[in-house]
Amino acid sequence: MFRLTKNVISVVCKSAIKQKTQLNGNGVVIFEQSNFFSDSANDKFSLKHEEVGRPLYFDAQATTPMDPRVLDVMLPYLVSYHGNPHSRTHAYGWESEAAVEKAREQVANLINAEPKEIIFTSGATESNNISVKGVGRFYAPRKKHVITTQIEHKCVLDSCRALEGEGFRITYLPVQQNGIINLKDLEDAITPETSLVSIMTVNNEIGVRQPIEAIGAICKSKKVFFHTDAAQAVGKVPLDVNTMNIDLMSISGHKVYGPKGVGALYIRRRPRVRVEPIQSGGGQERGMRSGTVPTPLVVGLGAACELAGREMAYDHLWMEKLSKRFLEKINSKLTHVIRNGDAEQTYPGCVNLSFAFVEGESLLMALKDVALSSGSACTSASLEPSYVLRAIGTDEDLAHSSIRFGLGRFTTIEEVDYTAEKTIRHVERLREMSPLWEMVQEGIDIKTIQWSQH
Amino acid sequence: MSGAIPKIQILSLYKLLLRESQKFPNYNFRAYALRRIRDAFKDNKNVSDVKIVKKEFEFGKENLNVIRRQAAIGNMYKTEKLVIENLR
Repeated sequence: MFRLTKNVISVVCKSAIKQKTQLNGNGVVIFEQSNFFSDSANDKFSLKHEEVGRPLYFDAQATTPMDPRVLDVMLPYLVSYHGNPHSRTHAYGWESEAAVEKAREQVANLINAEPKEIIFTSGATESNNISVKGVGRFYAPRKKHVITTQIEHKCVLDSCRALEGEGFRITYLPVQQNGIINLKDLEDAITPETSLVSIMTVNNEIGVRQPIEAIGAICKSKKVFFHTDAAQAVGKVPLDVNTMNIDLMSISGHKVYGPKGVGALYIRRRPRVRVEPIQSGGGQERGMRSGTVPTPLVVGLGAACELAGREMAYDHLWMEKLSKRFLEKINSKLTHVIRNGDAEQTYPGCVNLSFAFVEGESLLMALKDVALSSGSACTSASLEPSYVLRAIGTDEDLAHSSIRFGLGRFTTIEEVDYTAEKTIRHVERLREMSPLWEMVQEGIDIKTIQWSQH
Repeated sequence: MSGAIPKIQILSLYKLLLRESQKFPNYNFRAYALRRIRDAFKDNKNVSDVKIVKKEFEFGKENLNVIRRQAAIGNMYKTEKLVIENLR
């Protein structure tokens, strides 16, 4: 176990076992530890000595914590003002209605729409359903073609699937390696049959931002309705439904530091976009979404939108600062790290990284004091690699090793540093165990190996 | 001018905001509040328009009440501390 570098002296010195020891006298004896079984090796591989406490939250794309300022505005409507906003005969109804209308204005202001063009829903999933199925079905007698992309959220893809079952033709546009669609592809896909183009603003898994303005212009020139799922974008990047020619836009409450269970849908009035409602009932929300509007939630969404508008520039600077710091830390210590999605055309709060030669789930397990996800929360239960990563052409092995780091308004520099250090430590640890990594270190190109099983 | 707010009042509001924000039991909310307050006062340091100063002062006072209420609510539903708080 011990390698004696100079004069050999019998090992009598007990204290010499753990540390380099200098003896005065005949000569200098240095006991060096071998790497095997030593403390340093233990440090490297051990999962022990982890700190205690709640994990840090790094999953801002799944949901965001509710801002205390939002809760503060909501509380009176949970505690004191319980009226049904649709009750027209008494003061309880009027005060709730006034609050709902104020929220409608706050949401509209954030995206430069008219308050009348906003309808409240239960969330972005419902908004997407109403948009895709509603527009599709309403114009079905004349037009039975819908265009979307391969990297949309599940609820858009599933709504399209449902339309397919009803005899619609759906075009799923491919995306380039950086996750952005090719505008030429879109132009070519639009036919006189096309009623709707549905393309998300910011992707939930890789954070890429589609050229919404250009897409809007194309759709306008071809007289096709343009729907965008802006759940991940509203309040984080500036959006203007008029300059961007957006006809329908889905908004989510819990992605803008608002409450869960509420969302909004922007539907253009001039020129009018008509949808077939999905839910039948009392005809609330101009008949497009029946059901009593949940006053406290809607008030919260309104407050969150106003707050987001006021804080957008400040939050964005913070996001850029944090993501830059995080990436610099990771890249200074680790090689073979690939960022999924375009580095420029992106929302900086979503950093999706693939760590080559590391299995993503093992890394997630090792990083148990950081709340992370390998992709969208909807699919986080399955071990399948994400369809978004497959769509941008990520190799199977890299798709399996991807992790999404979601930064938010409440993330601190200390948390970013902690997460970066932990990630580096565990990636190094897991790579140390990997035979593939060893081969790469020896200069073997993994891609050239002919695996017998293939 | 009669409408101007004395500097000492602004300074005391600043200190009060920071002191009350310290009471957030949630690490992230506390850190954000402290950072946001410091940056807001820094950004508005050179504002000389009396009207704007007054508006911002009122805004600060409103937020002070929000912080007081929300810190109190937070303290009713405290959670375990984050790993990062236990490091120190």
